[in-house]
Amino acid sequence: MSDSKSVINDTTLGRAHELIDSIESGDESSARAIMDEIASMREMDLFCEMGKLTRELHDSLNNFKLDSKMAGLAETEIPDAKERLNHVISMTEEAAEKTLNAVEDAIPLSDDIKASSLELQSRWDKFKNRKLTADEFRELSRDLDEFFPKISEGTVVLHERLNDILMAQGFQDLTGQIIRTVITLVHDVEEGLVDLIKMSGGAQAKAEESSKKGNDNVRDIVAEGPVVPGVAHASETVDGQDDVDDLLSSLGF
Amino acid sequence: MKILIVDDFSTMRRIIKNLLRELGFNNTQEADDGKTALPILQANEFDFLVTDWNMPGMTGIELLKAVRADAKLSSLPVLMVTAEQKRDQIVEAAQAGVNGYIVKPFTAATLKEKIDKIFERLESA
Repeated sequence: MSDSKSVINDTTLGRAHELIDSIESGDESSARAIMDEIASMREMDLFCEMGKLTRELHDSLNNFKLDSKMAGLAETEIPDAKERLNHVISMTEEAAEKTLNAVEDAIPLSDDIKASSLELQSRWDKFKNRKLTADEFRELSRDLDEFFPKISEGTVVLHERLNDILMAQGFQDLTGQIIRTVITLVHDVEEGLVDLIKMSGGAQAKAEESSKKGNDNVRDIVAEGPVVPGVAHASETVDGQDDVDDLLSSLGF
Repeated sequence: MKILIVDDFSTMRRIIKNLLRELGFNNTQEADDGKTALPILQANEFDFLVTDWNMPGMTGIELLKAVRADAKLSSLPVLMVTAEQKRDQIVEAAQAGVNGYIVKPFTAATLKEKIDKIFERLESA
């Protein structure tokens, strides 16, 4: 910003003395004329200052427009980031639901096995202490015959549910990768804003900045993380394992 | 059968380790990116490599290329388990000599199927 001219100088002091003189001498018209003159001096400064500010604002806006990185961030990257984060929410929700479903299946099953085994154990103890009648023993024996397959079937289901819980944890890797890309984006936005602040502050480090950006076009095959619905281009990505297998077999796999 | 599991997310390494144990592969070791995996592979006798793609340091595709370029490791079977599913990427992995490619999220059945297939192919070769 330019230094605005000080109002304390010989010219304004002279005018002020003249003004006091004309007021004291009761010269209405010359007092008015001097006051108008002082006011217009002040306005001139103000206009110059506004002109400068307008020029700076105009330059800053132009620089901002030139900065395609910021424009790209605002137009596509930020909406993409919202999609990505929404996808993270639905993935974590799905994983939590899968886990809770498995737990809700498994708990009654293990409770059931526990209750049956406790009940059978108490009758078995009675039998060992010879307190069971022949009829009661026959009944115990029949119940045991039913109980053994129930344990093996139950533990198979428990094992499946535990595997469901295991597989559901895959969300941590996938959402972690997505969140990392969003963190990179936030970092880019931060840098863009810092650049913007520098520009509006009058710094001009943009020439070398924009020349740096020109080199980003060389596209290598790089890791991109999980596909996010609404963000990825359908034609570029495969849709699930079957599509992968088809593509690989077309390559001779 | 000694297997190295490479993924930067420890949760995914544990998932794969548990699934492999389920399939009868108890001898597994872990590494968190290509850079740490490569010396482990070179210093030991591994029979199989399961690797992610997107990892800091050294990615899975770089690891695959390094393995294929290493005289001692060049014939090591490599299964990629990754969220990367661009066609270009799958083609790139195939050209680099990957033996199998699984996209995340995957199922235990898919893992078993791909491992079986890899060994079938290796035995018939």
